[in-house]
Amino acid sequence: MLPVYVPILILAVVAIGFAAFTIVASHLLGQPRPTDAKSAVYECGMPAIGTARERFPIKFYLVCMIFILLDVDAAFLYPWALIYPQLGWFGFVEMLVFMTLLGGGFAYAWKVGALDW
Amino acid sequence: MIESVLFYTFAALALVSAVVVIAQKSPFYSAFGLIVVLCSLSGIFAVLGSPFIAVIQLVVYAGAIMVLFLFVLMLLNVQRETDDVGGSAPLRLAAAALASAFAAQVAAVIARARIVSGPEQYEASTRKVAELLFSPAFLYVFEATSILILAALVGAIVLAKRDL
Amino acid sequence: MDALLRLFSLIPGWDQNVPAWASISLAGLLAAGLCLGFISLGPVGYVYVERKLAGFMQDRLGPMRVGPWGLLQTIADTIKLLFKEAIFPAAVNRPLFVVAPCLVVIGAFMGFAVLPFSPTWQGTDLDVGAFYVIAIGSLSTVGLIMAGWASNNKYALFGAMRSAAQIVSYEIPAVMSLIVVVMIAGSLSLQQIVAAQAGGLHNWFLWKFFPLNVIAFLVFFTATLAECNRTPFDIPEAESELVAGFHTEYSGFFFAMFFLAEYTEMFVASAMVSVLFLGGFAAPLPVLQTVAGFDIGPVWLIAKAWALVFVHMWLRWTLPRLRVDQLMHVAWKVLLPIALFLIVVIGGLLTAPATAGGFPWDPWFGWPLTALLCGYLMLTALRAWRWHARQVREAVA
Repeated sequence: MLPVYVPILILAVVAIGFAAFTIVASHLLGQPRPTDAKSAVYECGMPAIGTARERFPIKFYLVCMIFILLDVDAAFLYPWALIYPQLGWFGFVEMLVFMTLLGGGFAYAWKVGALDW
Repeated sequence: MIESVLFYTFAALALVSAVVVIAQKSPFYSAFGLIVVLCSLSGIFAVLGSPFIAVIQLVVYAGAIMVLFLFVLMLLNVQRETDDVGGSAPLRLAAAALASAFAAQVAAVIARARIVSGPEQYEASTRKVAELLFSPAFLYVFEATSILILAALVGAIVLAKRDL
Repeated sequence: MDALLRLFSLIPGWDQNVPAWASISLAGLLAAGLCLGFISLGPVGYVYVERKLAGFMQDRLGPMRVGPWGLLQTIADTIKLLFKEAIFPAAVNRPLFVVAPCLVVIGAFMGFAVLPFSPTWQGTDLDVGAFYVIAIGSLSTVGLIMAGWASNNKYALFGAMRSAAQIVSYEIPAVMSLIVVVMIAGSLSLQQIVAAQAGGLHNWFLWKFFPLNVIAFLVFFTATLAECNRTPFDIPEAESELVAGFHTEYSGFFFAMFFLAEYTEMFVASAMVSVLFLGGFAAPLPVLQTVAGFDIGPVWLIAKAWALVFVHMWLRWTLPRLRVDQLMHVAWKVLLPIALFLIVVIGGLLTAPATAGGFPWDPWFGWPLTALLCGYLMLTALRAWRWHARQVREAVA
């Protein structure tokens, strides 16, 4: 019996091979001839001022944090969705408690404006 | 046969990239190394016959936590690590003590672990994980997790938003 | 892969003479090669169709010069991109700059491993298949951020950050509406999700718990549209403000790789939507499932996926772009609450014995509504076509 992940591995190897092949092929076919103008940072013709790597707004961090927490929540919901028929109303109530707690957190985030961009 | 080959490949990959994570001075290379570590761990879980844990590993760690790490790197605009991170003598002593405590802990866990030779001896399918998770034994743990997540959510918001 | 293995067994003496690992590797490589061909040639067609469609919708002709009706235009473009010099600006971080597009492309490719084209034509029937596709998709987010940071360009970095924020925001509604399907099918395996929808159009999950699942379908479709960074959710590449977003500094075939990944993601996302809500490889009428004894499941899945890809393109040339705050508003304050509400309601309905199998009126809505929708679309397309023809005639005259 074939382990289920073998085709995924084969596809991964082929995908990595494809990526490597295109890099090599494009390197061989399109000879790099760098000039100063070409290797400058592209900012629509304006000379670039300073570096791009500046500090970023904290909004991104907040969105990502909320995303992770809901992602973990979803990771718990999947096993439940799989076996809820065996669990019956017990499982439903269990999930309802879980969802209510999370919904509370979500409502709090909404209320204090953490979801506003 | 194929399991052992894959296991050792993934394990070696994980170890090498873990060393890269620590040894690299540029935080972005470290982050990339960490992605490789997490993907290899996911591969190990898959080889051990637990696709659900493998996929969770990818979604939560490689997909979500890594994005958060990269966001935080941008947020703080972390530059290359400088060499003078040695710290004072008491700090070094504390670090050594903590490291040896950790090593002892790992050794204790390995010594107590029951060694099985392959994934055939236990079942870790998604359904099995679900049945375990929602059995009465783990009921309170499961609900406690939601409180933990709630606390983390509130904590993140309070930390990030100063004008509440 | 099973199908290929079975084909090998038909060759006399194959099973006796060829070791199992060899035939497995051979079948795997063949299947992967098949996917690779589909993936790398697909965009050539998609780009042509998209440009023609854009031309049609804007009363232009679209590509006309290379080949009859411009049919060879995208092939010429691909060859040109392959021969173009890949520019590495001085400020970029080379290793990450090269690895990033590879990561995005690999993430897009890997989704193919679990797409079910028929009961046997499938890479592998993972018992977490649906979740796997989401997981692989999230890998490309990391690739995008890498690309933006490695480029060391303000536009690229902004594009990458916005793109990542958008993808993670829309992943949550997608994951949550997927749970609805998993609950109804009782499985994460894509094969079993399709099997639960067999028996004709009225059995598709789209029409279960009418109209609740239609809402779930819309949530999921919108979320996948946003995850592909397509208009109206193409903030990351908003050319009027960010040049080209995260791939501003990319040229030559590296640029083409991002395009390849985008169109591949479009196909995988559309195929996922059809598997989850539109019956996957199941035909709308059971009679149409086989032609002359052959299972034409792959044709149905690809047709459905292409229809949804067409909708993606259609929306792109119809809708204006959303602003960033509107984008976030839609994800967090519209789609997510709807998805959570659906989980609770459908979970309750499924647990109650009376409605565990769906509402009593479920079978009655599928066919009439589909017929109505198709009729309306055809009529509209016809009118648009005649209008376009008249415009072209007048322009010529």
